[in-house]
Amino acid sequence: MEQKTKIHAEDGKQELVITREFDLPLELLFKAYEEPEIVEQWMGTKVLKLDNKKHGGYQFETSDAHGNVVFRANGTIHEFVPNQKITRTFEMENTPFAVQLEFLEFEQLTGDTSKLTMHIVYKSIAQRDQVLQMPFAQGINMAHNRLQNIVNKLK
Amino acid sequence: MNLRRDVFQAIADPTRRAILLLVASQALTAGAIAANFDTARPTVSKHLQILTECELLEQKQNGREIYYHINAKKMKTVADFIEPFRQMWDERFNKLEAIMKNYQTKK
Repeated sequence: MEQKTKIHAEDGKQELVITREFDLPLELLFKAYEEPEIVEQWMGTKVLKLDNKKHGGYQFETSDAHGNVVFRANGTIHEFVPNQKITRTFEMENTPFAVQLEFLEFEQLTGDTSKLTMHIVYKSIAQRDQVLQMPFAQGINMAHNRLQNIVNKLK
Repeated sequence: MNLRRDVFQAIADPTRRAILLLVASQALTAGAIAANFDTARPTVSKHLQILTECELLEQKQNGREIYYHINAKKMKTVADFIEPFRQMWDERFNKLEAIMKNYQTKK
């Protein structure tokens, strides 16, 4: 079965490209990025701010079951063209990772399918590779640092 | 099924990842692992079998009980690859797609 989400990360480059085809019309795909309530649902995070316009910005926050904040991220929006593109920065707060630059392009494929291309540029090759290695833990859920700790101990 | 299993196929399943997480902190018996899930015991056994076949888990006999341990070496090879990152995004996007399909029908 062909994978719907693809990642292209060349060795020795400080960028990567994520592509995904959706069984959704372009407008609905874009709406999932535009409406804070919907972003909250699929990103699994609280949206504190989402100001979709040039010179706008956003702020996300995730808490664990005890109410402790385990993840905070923010960014500035540079371009916001409905059903076409979003250009923004992304910064994870209280982490050693530098801000990254994201180019999101939305395309219509057919009447009810669409495609997202997410081009991410990192500060350095080393940072890109670190970010790539991190989410094994994150993908499971936010409050599960145990596995990551074990992996880190092996390094 | 004796086909050689793919590690990434093994971690593609959320229950299997939850099992790895559970066993990461301490070795457990199949019964103790199954107690953490609502899933039927044979389903959990099947997951354990897959994780063992991919060498993400190791079985060790301790008296009459068999304990499952995490194979840290194998876990590191997984963590070094791009696949977990892809799966994180794949899951997010699957969710997005499901939410918006629902949104579409509600309208």
